[in-house]
Amino acid sequence: MSRTSLPERGGIARTAAYLGLLMLVAPLLLFFSGGPAEALTLCVPKADETACIAGTMGSRAEPISGVDVILTKPDGTTETQTTAEDGRFAFEVTEAGDYLVGVDPDTLPKGSELRPPSEASLRGPDGSIKVDNVQLGKSYGPTLAVRAKGFSTSTSKWDEFLQSSVNGIRLGLLLALASVGLSLIYGTTGLSNFAHAEQVTLGGMVGYGLVNLLGWNLWIGGLGVMIICGFTGWFQDRVLWQPLRRRGLGLTQMMIVTIGLSLAMQYSFQFFAGADTKRVVVEQATVRTFGPITITDRSLAAMAISAVFLALVGFALLRTRVGRATRAVSDNPALAQASGIDTDKVIRLVWTVAMALAGLSGLLYALVVNGIKWDTGLQILLLLFAAVTLGGLGTAFGALVGALIIGLVVELSPLVIPGDFKYAAALLILILLLLVRPQGLLGRAQRVG
Amino acid sequence: MDDIQAILRNMMQVAVDPTTAAVAIAVIGLNIHFGYTGLLNIGQSAFMLLGAYGMAISITQGWPLVVAVIVGLAIAFVFALVLGVPTLKLRGDYLAIVTISAAEIVRYVGRSVGYERLFNLTGGAQGIAGSKYRSPFSNLSFFGSGNTTLLEFNYTDVANGATWVRLVGWVLVVGLIWTAIRIARGKIALESVTRTVALVVLILLTALLTFFLVPVNQQDTGVDGWWFTVVTWVLVGISLLIVVGLTRSPWGRALKGVREDEDAMRSLGKNVFAIKMQALVIGGLFGAIGGMMYVLPGSVQPDAMGRNITFFCYTALLLGGAATIWGPVLGSLIFFVGRIGIIGIANTYLSSDKYINIMNGQQTSQFAFILVGVALMLLVIFRPQGILGDKRELRFNV
Repeated sequence: MSRTSLPERGGIARTAAYLGLLMLVAPLLLFFSGGPAEALTLCVPKADETACIAGTMGSRAEPISGVDVILTKPDGTTETQTTAEDGRFAFEVTEAGDYLVGVDPDTLPKGSELRPPSEASLRGPDGSIKVDNVQLGKSYGPTLAVRAKGFSTSTSKWDEFLQSSVNGIRLGLLLALASVGLSLIYGTTGLSNFAHAEQVTLGGMVGYGLVNLLGWNLWIGGLGVMIICGFTGWFQDRVLWQPLRRRGLGLTQMMIVTIGLSLAMQYSFQFFAGADTKRVVVEQATVRTFGPITITDRSLAAMAISAVFLALVGFALLRTRVGRATRAVSDNPALAQASGIDTDKVIRLVWTVAMALAGLSGLLYALVVNGIKWDTGLQILLLLFAAVTLGGLGTAFGALVGALIIGLVVELSPLVIPGDFKYAAALLILILLLLVRPQGLLGRAQRVG
Repeated sequence: MDDIQAILRNMMQVAVDPTTAAVAIAVIGLNIHFGYTGLLNIGQSAFMLLGAYGMAISITQGWPLVVAVIVGLAIAFVFALVLGVPTLKLRGDYLAIVTISAAEIVRYVGRSVGYERLFNLTGGAQGIAGSKYRSPFSNLSFFGSGNTTLLEFNYTDVANGATWVRLVGWVLVVGLIWTAIRIARGKIALESVTRTVALVVLILLTALLTFFLVPVNQQDTGVDGWWFTVVTWVLVGISLLIVVGLTRSPWGRALKGVREDEDAMRSLGKNVFAIKMQALVIGGLFGAIGGMMYVLPGSVQPDAMGRNITFFCYTALLLGGAATIWGPVLGSLIFFVGRIGIIGIANTYLSSDKYINIMNGQQTSQFAFILVGVALMLLVIFRPQGILGDKRELRFNV
């Protein structure tokens, strides 16, 4: 069936008809390898040297052009190809192993989404498709078909609601981990730290460095992330924030300093780590199914770890001496100082713990969504602020409640409105709440302005 | 010297660029918010984006340019009211969080593909191509076609552009700027009229001399040409005049009063909420005009007008000096020109085998942004009044 062996025009037309027929059947085949695929693609595998992962976006009859197809390699790096008029993509790879093929949903035609494979074993994270066990010298053709958004074969609205709720709680717990620190810093110093989200990115980046590049065990790596990020908090307060407090720099000015710090950090990540997504752990996570809910082991572990650390922080705040001191400083710094609490020490501790938690949150976020990017923090910064403000500026437990609400809103709103409005919905709820209850859910009412 | 001349040429190109002037207008608006009234608006990009959308969409719908501009301004006006009503009675940091959130909502809605009718208007993340709305503005041009070099008489005409000519020229430029700053900050005491005249003359001389050293050649009318450049800079001039008028009026003094001590103003019987709202609206309208001029030579892209534009506006404002007339313009010029200068120097000296090669082409631009962030921090810590400002004016706290 190769084109060169057919001299006449009629033969070519017949071949095309065959191919068309084949493509109509293709969505039913999960993999099509061997002769036909090779003839169709731009990539020819060489024995022991290269393998091909190639196919057509959409179907052969209705190819979709201009879609960014993203290949995630075993080492976690990604490669992107934009499909041409004929909808084809062809990745030539030089390494055996497990690959993932996904698409950038923004480049798909409006109102459509990638159809998940019918076999659960082929479903990768974030709607991608697994191409496992790629061997050199062979071709692989994952099916990238589309369907109308909102289309579902077996999942009912209720199932979708359950799945989104679990995702929402997962996001909420991760946000809570970071926003508790943000709220504590605000409470004890009055500073809105715009660089807090960059500390989340930093956690993911340090995790990438320790676990992926240096090959540390994930648990030890996680500990390392917390220690390193905690140290950055200690160090920042030592060289930057404490001296600025002593100089009496206004809070507005300090807030602008954090904006500068956040810019510098973002572009430093890009400078040193590049603009692509870095994966902390290369192996695919195992997917578990509980009734209608599918979730990876890693997500479950991340949720558990977040819950444990949040509980620890809560316990420390309520039951330990230093926690009580922190709440006292948060309440009224001058009075706390007058009653013999070393406020500088408390604030130093708050910075350290807040940054360690933000780092942990970044690492877990990177594990859950399969990677960390220089602008990951930028994306969630406003969610953090929304969570903190919603719960009540400066209240640690408010931040927890706020984060869970924001997480749920972000994940549940796509059930009602288009998916690209989900962050906007969370921020809108924040603004609406400020109209009726400016002090936040758990904040104390006080006259402001 | 050729390397340096090339970098200088790039910097000069950016200095006259209409987008620099457009951002300067937005910064002038931000100055009314932050500098004069003490409102921490971190959503200036939203005013810009709304102005740009309002104008561009109106024109693509076939409405005349004047109506389109009014639509853009009207949207920004309504947006300011919507932001102001819930937040201006609250503590300042609420305004900060709400403005930045609202700016993000505007951006998300602009780049959304979820609703067909909205998408047809905004074009999603791709935005609206400049060619779809630019022509009514370009057609107004009476500059004709062709190219013009600003200052046909330039350094190449003196001693064949020898190095010493340029060196002497730059020493003179630095001297002129130094004198201008000393006059502006009152180190050289002059009467108010003489002072203004002297400043204008010095600035004109500096500009002429700079163009003599680095002549700029561009199209008369085409995209990015002199028509766009001149109109935008004239708008900068008009904005400055308006700000001078406003801030020297009783209303302008009320603004500063609100910034310094709200309660005192309230006890004097002033309606603080109304004053703040007026400031928010007026600054926002400047932002909208800046946004329109920003997109005219390019295209409307929601992601290009996100938070970072606001942060750059703040850097420019603090660099030039908040609560000063010339600060926003000077700050924008130094910010954009400096950034291009850093990128140019990094490209030439840090990214080539000829000198030191420690970063690649993409990294030089990121390197420039890292320096911007660090510069913003150092500026606020060590010189919060910027180049022209008065330190006593910036003790306020929101």
